[in-house]
Amino acid sequence: MLADPTAPARPPAPARLAGAWARPAVRLAVLAAVVLALVGAYLFTDVPGSLSFALEHRSRTVLAMLVVSTAVGVSTVVFHTITQNRILTPSIMGFDAFYVLISTVIVFFSGSAAFLAFDELTLWLTQVAVMVAFSVLLFTWLFGGKRRSIHLMLLVGIVLGTFFRAFTEWMQRMLDPLDFQVLSDAMFASLTRPDETLLALSAVLVAVGCAAVVPLRRTLDVLTLGEPTAVGLGVDHRRVVMVLFAAVSVMIAASTALVGPILFFGLIVANLAYSYAGSFRHVWTLPTAVLLGMVCLLGGQLVLERLLGYGGTLSTVIDFAGGLFFLYLVLRKGAR
Amino acid sequence: MIALEHVTKRYGSTTVVDDVSLAFGEEGVTALIGPNGAGKSTLFSLVGRLLAPDAGRVTVDGQDVATTPSSRLATTLAVLRQDNHVAARLTVHDLVEFGRFPHSRGRLTVHDREHIERAIDYLDLGAYRDRFLDELSGGQRQRAFIAMVLAQDTRYVLLDEPLNNLDLRHMTEIMRLIRRMADELGKRVVIVLHDINFAATYADRIVAMRDGAVVADAPAREVMRPEVLGAVYDTPVDVREIDGKPVALYYG
Repeated sequence: MLADPTAPARPPAPARLAGAWARPAVRLAVLAAVVLALVGAYLFTDVPGSLSFALEHRSRTVLAMLVVSTAVGVSTVVFHTITQNRILTPSIMGFDAFYVLISTVIVFFSGSAAFLAFDELTLWLTQVAVMVAFSVLLFTWLFGGKRRSIHLMLLVGIVLGTFFRAFTEWMQRMLDPLDFQVLSDAMFASLTRPDETLLALSAVLVAVGCAAVVPLRRTLDVLTLGEPTAVGLGVDHRRVVMVLFAAVSVMIAASTALVGPILFFGLIVANLAYSYAGSFRHVWTLPTAVLLGMVCLLGGQLVLERLLGYGGTLSTVIDFAGGLFFLYLVLRKGAR
Repeated sequence: MIALEHVTKRYGSTTVVDDVSLAFGEEGVTALIGPNGAGKSTLFSLVGRLLAPDAGRVTVDGQDVATTPSSRLATTLAVLRQDNHVAARLTVHDLVEFGRFPHSRGRLTVHDREHIERAIDYLDLGAYRDRFLDELSGGQRQRAFIAMVLAQDTRYVLLDEPLNNLDLRHMTEIMRLIRRMADELGKRVVIVLHDINFAATYADRIVAMRDGAVVADAPAREVMRPEVLGAVYDTPVDVREIDGKPVALYYG
């Protein structure tokens, strides 16, 4: 925002503070400070034994959180901008359905022992490959050809997602209770003890996704005006949306394969980011969404570890808080 | 000059633009009239590269719309569609800034800022520059979108029904403004209009469409005849001369 030259030279302190708070940079800095404080709290408090052991262990969790919140935050905001709809998440395209399906198929055909013994890297690679392949296929089929309809693509995504979920459920019903137990345990997102190789691989994929999105941040701003206006302003809509969608699917696939289905929280984080950032520009909303993701994950993990004594899962904590927030969003929209 | 050569567009089995050859954009203001479903908006979408024609070619100053990079066309041709709904909360200034996107790709120079200020002043939006779009009246919002198109600084400006949902005063305001843009700034404006009296008063040339084809294309005064208008709209239209101006009466 530009400084108003007609404003009095030195407004009183509260007004100055309010003025500073209106600036997106200040808001982002405050949020970053909160994240750093939470990271500090997570790393250094409540250390039972050796500090260096705890640090090594916990910093890996923090890194996993960073990878996940970047992937989910960035992809959800981008997805909202592409679809012009702020109550969707990329999970509508059936990403997490695939994740569950693949694991279920393995347990179904070779039992939980084989599933637990399954090479993590192979599983991760398979899941990433299948999820990316599915979305690319859907995309080139329904958007790349003559029909270029995002809504049709979403609709087909929903239908296929539902189909795979139903199929998965059917297989799960046929499992023996022990296998089912093992499977459902694996289906809750968990950020602790990520495998080092997988973490590194996921981080690389997410970084690649960001490298594709960041140079397009100004074009993303134009896309908020909708396709017709963006095209009128010289945006090569088809190409840009293709690049963005590819980045979204790679990031989501990497993070889902790393920690499990956690997309719902992207909705909370993105919508919080729109109201918190104080600007519609992606230069601000994207990093705000990532940092808010860190706040949610770190906060949720702290609540889970320190208050509940691991009496639950992170996704339970986040989905509970997220569900309440989502209701608030819907009801507020209705009230307007 | 915007030229269409044997352009055809079909939706399924329905032909909405049927082998149209037309050149416009040399006169200051060209009005495109015709009944609903005549293919006016589709024609705009074809020129504005939102739709690809099934046959034929569209060129803007000799550049083929299908092959010229979108960003280059955006410095020659600005298109404003109907129903500009924006999901994000942006201010008038933010919106007008977007008009500079084809030139600056989002990094505003001093030159860009001058264009933005000039467009805001030209549309008399100075007092509303920091207002959010959803806090504006319909007429103000329409002016904000026109300011964006003006900041785009193109020779050709295409406006699709800019008078939609506006009251008498705002309709007249917008039409005067369009006339001024043509006369003072040398813009070539093409507008889709439903009110043929506005077309007759402010346009230099009227192109009338019906069933996907051009049925009349002449200076405003020549189109304002009962037999021409009656054929275009398939409804009786009386035209009277009032103070030397033709006025169409179609209220039944």
